[in-house]
Amino acid sequence: MPICADDVEWVEEPSMNFWESTFLPAIFGGLQITGSHVVDGKTVTHQYPEEKPVLPLHYRGVHRLNKDEAGRVKCVACMMCATACPAHCISIVATEAPKDDPLWNGRDKFPLSFELDELKCIYCGMCEEACPCDAIELTHIYDLVGTTRAELVFDKNKLLSVYDETKDCGLDPVRTKRGALSGCSEFATLPTLGPATSVKADDRAAKAPSPGVIHD
Amino acid sequence: MPTVYIDDKSIELAPGEKLNCIQAAERAGIEIPSYCYHPALSVVASCRMCLVEVGEKKPDGTVSIPPKVFPGCQTPVKDGTVIVTNSKRVLDAQKATLEYLLLNHPLDCPVCDQAGECGLQDFSYKYGRGYSRLNEPKNIKPDKDYIGEQITLFTDRCIMCTRCVRFTREYSGTGELQIINRGSHEEIDIFPGQPCNNKLAGNVVDLCPVGALCSKDFLYEQRVWWLKGKDSVCPGCSTGCSIRVDQNNDVLYRLKPRYNPQAQGHFMCDEGRFGWKYISSEKRLRQPYQKQGAGLAPSNWNAVMPAVKTAIGTQVKAAPTKFAAIISPWTTVEEAYLLAKLLKGLSPDVTLALGPVRTVGGDDQYPKTVTGAPPKEVKFTIRAEKCPNRRGVEGVLEHFQGSVISFETIASQLQSGALEGLYVLNADPEAMFTADFVQAAKGLKLLVVQDLLESPLANEAHFVLAGAAWAEKEGTFVNHNGLAQSIFRGVRGPGEARPDGRILWELNDRKGLFRASTVRQEIADEIVAFAPLILGDLGEHGVMLNSSEPVVAPALQPA
Repeated sequence: MPICADDVEWVEEPSMNFWESTFLPAIFGGLQITGSHVVDGKTVTHQYPEEKPVLPLHYRGVHRLNKDEAGRVKCVACMMCATACPAHCISIVATEAPKDDPLWNGRDKFPLSFELDELKCIYCGMCEEACPCDAIELTHIYDLVGTTRAELVFDKNKLLSVYDETKDCGLDPVRTKRGALSGCSEFATLPTLGPATSVKADDRAAKAPSPGVIHD
Repeated sequence: MPTVYIDDKSIELAPGEKLNCIQAAERAGIEIPSYCYHPALSVVASCRMCLVEVGEKKPDGTVSIPPKVFPGCQTPVKDGTVIVTNSKRVLDAQKATLEYLLLNHPLDCPVCDQAGECGLQDFSYKYGRGYSRLNEPKNIKPDKDYIGEQITLFTDRCIMCTRCVRFTREYSGTGELQIINRGSHEEIDIFPGQPCNNKLAGNVVDLCPVGALCSKDFLYEQRVWWLKGKDSVCPGCSTGCSIRVDQNNDVLYRLKPRYNPQAQGHFMCDEGRFGWKYISSEKRLRQPYQKQGAGLAPSNWNAVMPAVKTAIGTQVKAAPTKFAAIISPWTTVEEAYLLAKLLKGLSPDVTLALGPVRTVGGDDQYPKTVTGAPPKEVKFTIRAEKCPNRRGVEGVLEHFQGSVISFETIASQLQSGALEGLYVLNADPEAMFTADFVQAAKGLKLLVVQDLLESPLANEAHFVLAGAAWAEKEGTFVNHNGLAQSIFRGVRGPGEARPDGRILWELNDRKGLFRASTVRQEIADEIVAFAPLILGDLGEHGVMLNSSEPVVAPALQPA
C-alpha cells in the first residue's frame, strides 16, 4: 500500500534563544565533559588480542547461511539480498530443487552457488534485513584474515560452516524462527488480523492506512 | 461525437467505435485493474477485478448511476456513459476481490519467477488490503510440470482467470488446456497424455497474470527486475514479430513479444521465442581471422581492416565483372546498403546477389481447426520464409543494379568458375552453403566472409570478419508486408566480434561512429522505395514502406 499522507509527521527544528545562538553554553558543556574524562583516572583501552572486546548483540560481522530443521540450506535463492546489497558483493545461481529427492521435499528452488565477497561487503546488514526467510545473518566474527582475495570470497559451504561454528556459541543465536518462506506462507499459524509478518494486532502496521476498509 | 465520461475526464469515440469500460478508461489515462480480460481474447468477466460503477448522463444533464458495480470488461460504452472508478463502492469491491483471489494463493513470491511483473503483486499494492483475514488452512494443489515441453504449472498460484484456456481454444485453436473440477477444487490441466506443445504455447506464460504458468527455459534463471530490455524484431521468419530482448550483464535470457498491430498483434511463436540460443553458441566467431598458409590465423581488427580494404580494392580493379557479393536476407537494410555502396563505388560492374532464402514447409496459420481446414479468420501466421529482411535487401539490390540476382544464379556462376572475388555478408545462423559451393569457393582469388558462426565456408576464406547476431546490432528489418521496423542493440557480442554495420562503415572509410538512424535517413534520401525511413526513428510500431499515407516527420530530428 502506498504511504498515506496522514501517516507522515512533519517535524520542525526547535528555535534557539539568545544564549543558545551564541553556542557558548554548548562549548563550555563540552569542555566540562572532556575535563571530567581527563581527571577521572579510568582506563579505556583494551589489551587486544589478549583481551577480547565485548560486542553488542547487534554487531554486524561475517555472514552465515542458516540451515533448516532438515539440515538443508534455508536460503530459497530469492536473491532479495543480492538486490538489496549496496556493494553488489552477493552473487547467487539458483536452480530447481529435484522433485523426486525426498531431501528437497516441499522446496521449489535453492541456491546452486552462493558467493559472498567479504572484502567488497560493507557490513551494512541490508541482506539480513531483506531476507524473507531469515537465511542469511551477520555474526560476531570480526577478525577476518586471508592471504589472497579469492580466499575471502565465501561460497555456500563456507557460509554454512560459519553457521555450524556460531549457532551454539551464545553470541549469535538463530534470532527468528520463521517458516520456509517467511511467516506469510505458514498457513496454519496465520494471525487472525494483521499483516503477514508477526506484527501484533494493535500495531500501527496492522491497521489499514487509508479509510474505506471493510472491518470485521 | 459520442462522449464517455470516466471519473473527472472525458473521451470522444470515433463513429462506429466499440469499446468496453476498460478500453475507454485506458484511453483517458485511467487504469481499471483486470486479470481475465485480454484485448485479443473473448470476455468472460470471471475475475471480478474490473468492477466499476457505470451510469448514464441524460440529455437534460442529470446523471443516474445504479447502486451496484458492473464488470468493466463486459460493459460496452455508448454516448453519455459515465464510469466511476474511484468511489468507495468500487474501492471496497476491489479490496474484497483481491482478498478472495489471495485466499488460496500461497504467497511464495520469494521463489516465484513472476515476482516483479506479477499482476497480483501490483494490484495488491495499489488496490489491495495488505493483509489476510483467512483463518483456515489454504488449499495446496500439486505442481504440474507435465503441462508442456516449455511450460510448467504451479497450480496453487493460479487465480482461474482462464486466459490460457481461452488462448489455446481461440487463438492457437488447439485447445489443449482446460479447467478440471469445480469450486475451490478448480485446476488448470491438460487432457490425459495431450501436453500443450503447439507452436504458440509459450504465449500462455506471458498471458498468465500471476506466476502459475512459467517458462521452463527461463525458470529460476534471473529475477525479472534485473533484466534490461531493448526493442527488437524476431528474425525467425518474415512475419517480423515485434519483441523485447531481455538481458542482464550481456547475457540474453528471454524474448518477450511486444504489441504491434501492424506486424503480428500481441503474441509470438515458440520457434522465435526459444530459437535464439545460437547467440551464445561456442561456435561464435570471437575475432577476425586472416589466411596464413593453408589455414586461418587469428588476427585483430587494426590489422585486418586495412588489409581487407586493400584486397577488395585490388581484386575489383583487376576483374570487376568477376567480383560478386552475396548479401544474406538476415542482414539489415543499413548493412546491405553500406556494402552495396562500397562495392558499386569501386566499380559499377560488381555483381550483388541475394543470399540463400531458407523456406521450411508452408505458412503455418492459426487458429488451427479440428478438421485441419484453413482457419476462417487468420489470427497468427508463422511464415515459411525463415528470414527477417528479404524485402529490405531486395530493395537495396534493385536500386543498385536494377534487378535481384538470386543465390542459385550466383552459386552456378561460382561453380562454373566465372568468379574470382567474393564477399559473403552472412548473418543467418543456419545458412546452407553446400559442399559443392565451398569446394568451388576454394578456387577464388579473394574470399571475404563476414559471419557470426564458424562454418566450412569461413575455413576457406582469405579474411573472416566476426560479425554480430541480430540482438547485438541496430538497424532496420522489412517484413513480408513491407513494414520497416528498427532493431536495437540488446547485448554485446562475444569477444572482439563487432556489429556488421560498424565493420562496413569502416570499410567505407567513413568518419565517426555507425548509427543506424543516420544511415536510415541517408538511404531514404537516395532510394525512393525507402523514402518513409526519412524519420530516422521508426517508433515502436515501425512504418509501412508501401503505405499511401504521407510520412509525418517528427518536429525535431535527433542530432
